[in-house]
Amino acid sequence: MPLIEVTNLRKTYGEHVAVDDVSFHVEQGEIFGILGTNGAGKTTTVECLQGLRTPDSGSISVLGLDPGKDHDALRQRLGSQLQESRLPEKLKVQEALELYASFYANPADPGDLLEKLGLTGQRNKYFGKLSGGQKQRVSIALALVGRPEVAVLDELTTGLDPHARRDTWKLVEGVRDTGVTVLLVTHFMDEAERLCDRLAIFDAGRVVATGSPLELRDRTGKTSLDDAFVTLTGRD
Amino acid sequence: MNTLTKITLTETKLALRSPIWVVSGLVLPTGLLLGLGAIPAFRTESEKTPGMRFIDAWVPSLVVLTIALMGLQAIPAVIAAYREQGILRRFATTPVHPAKLLVAQLIINVTVTIAGTGLMIVLGSAVFGVPGPRHPLGFLLAFTLGTTAIFGIGLIAASVAKTGRAAGGIAMIAYVPIMFLGGVYLPRPLLPTVVQDIGAYVPPGVKAMEDAWTGTGAQPLQLAVLAAFAVGSCVLAAKLFRWE
Repeated sequence: MPLIEVTNLRKTYGEHVAVDDVSFHVEQGEIFGILGTNGAGKTTTVECLQGLRTPDSGSISVLGLDPGKDHDALRQRLGSQLQESRLPEKLKVQEALELYASFYANPADPGDLLEKLGLTGQRNKYFGKLSGGQKQRVSIALALVGRPEVAVLDELTTGLDPHARRDTWKLVEGVRDTGVTVLLVTHFMDEAERLCDRLAIFDAGRVVATGSPLELRDRTGKTSLDDAFVTLTGRD
Repeated sequence: MNTLTKITLTETKLALRSPIWVVSGLVLPTGLLLGLGAIPAFRTESEKTPGMRFIDAWVPSLVVLTIALMGLQAIPAVIAAYREQGILRRFATTPVHPAKLLVAQLIINVTVTIAGTGLMIVLGSAVFGVPGPRHPLGFLLAFTLGTTAIFGIGLIAASVAKTGRAAGGIAMIAYVPIMFLGGVYLPRPLLPTVVQDIGAYVPPGVKAMEDAWTGTGAQPLQLAVLAAFAVGSCVLAAKLFRWE
């Protein structure tokens, strides 16, 4: 049984249809990508998975739970890193980890987690004083501090320099290697190609294709995911 | 340690690291009272305030200042900024409801309001012999209802504002008349009678505090109106509040 199963998901905001007839599934232990341009419905889909929004229709199962009904149980097992979510500037890294650890029944040790993410040297720094890459590592740490079975990482590397992006990619692979299933939301083709075992390509609120990066390239006869994406979203 | 305690401790640390509101709430009322009290004219009985010196009559207005500062300036700024920065939304993805963050902020700001008022009463009495409330229980009741009503209005401002800056602007619409009617800008005995009468019923209920402090006790009608404001503003805030 898939770890995450989304079937015919639809969500509108007033007149605007954000997500329409979206279906995909995620297997345990994979990095699954949700790839698309801005406004393609990626974040809305993920927010429905997290139980932050209620779908208009369709069904979602995450770890066998319904995010709309079982959010308390789900939030113990699903870790999230949100797009454009900050911490208070004057919160120290270690304090943030300890605070979020206190929210979970069986949290990871904040010290161990900081060490794994290479943040030990920053633990007494204010969040506001960190570099962009360090901030993202803190938000990954916060997503993992509850020892989740699924981690949702939304636009993880936006605004990072190339070195910090590559470091972050290694961390995401490291997360997957510890057995956590990763749902990666991104608009970067290179990121999806490098990290994702499988992915769903979103366009204008719909899923236009799912598969591994290799399958998607083969299906379109293109040599890069970038070109495959352009073909699949019909703007060639 | 339960999560609310942990959140409140963390929020307290943050409040002390950017201490503008905490310092203002603790220092401003006492500083104004001692500053004006240092001027001899304010320490003599005036015909506008029979039987009292100006500083004795002005203390309830300084309580209004303290409540309005924390409830209409500090709370909306902090809460709206937390929403703007996605901090409330981030909480919503954890097992902890973001309402606990709100409760922690209310605990901190009400504590500062009480401490700022208490400090003013103690130092006013020690330095200039300003008498404490004649009807302590009535004052406590008026203070509690008035604080609840004002903090409720502050939460409404935090609810409808998109940014911390906008929240400050919206709260200012309530802040200026409340400070004026509360006699902070101009002592109440100098205000026209009709303005004084309106001020009696507008939160945080300066007249009820005055009556409890220096008069014959807070009137039931004033307390009832304050209670209605307190319930109404909190209910409306709860209805309007958005986590994102």
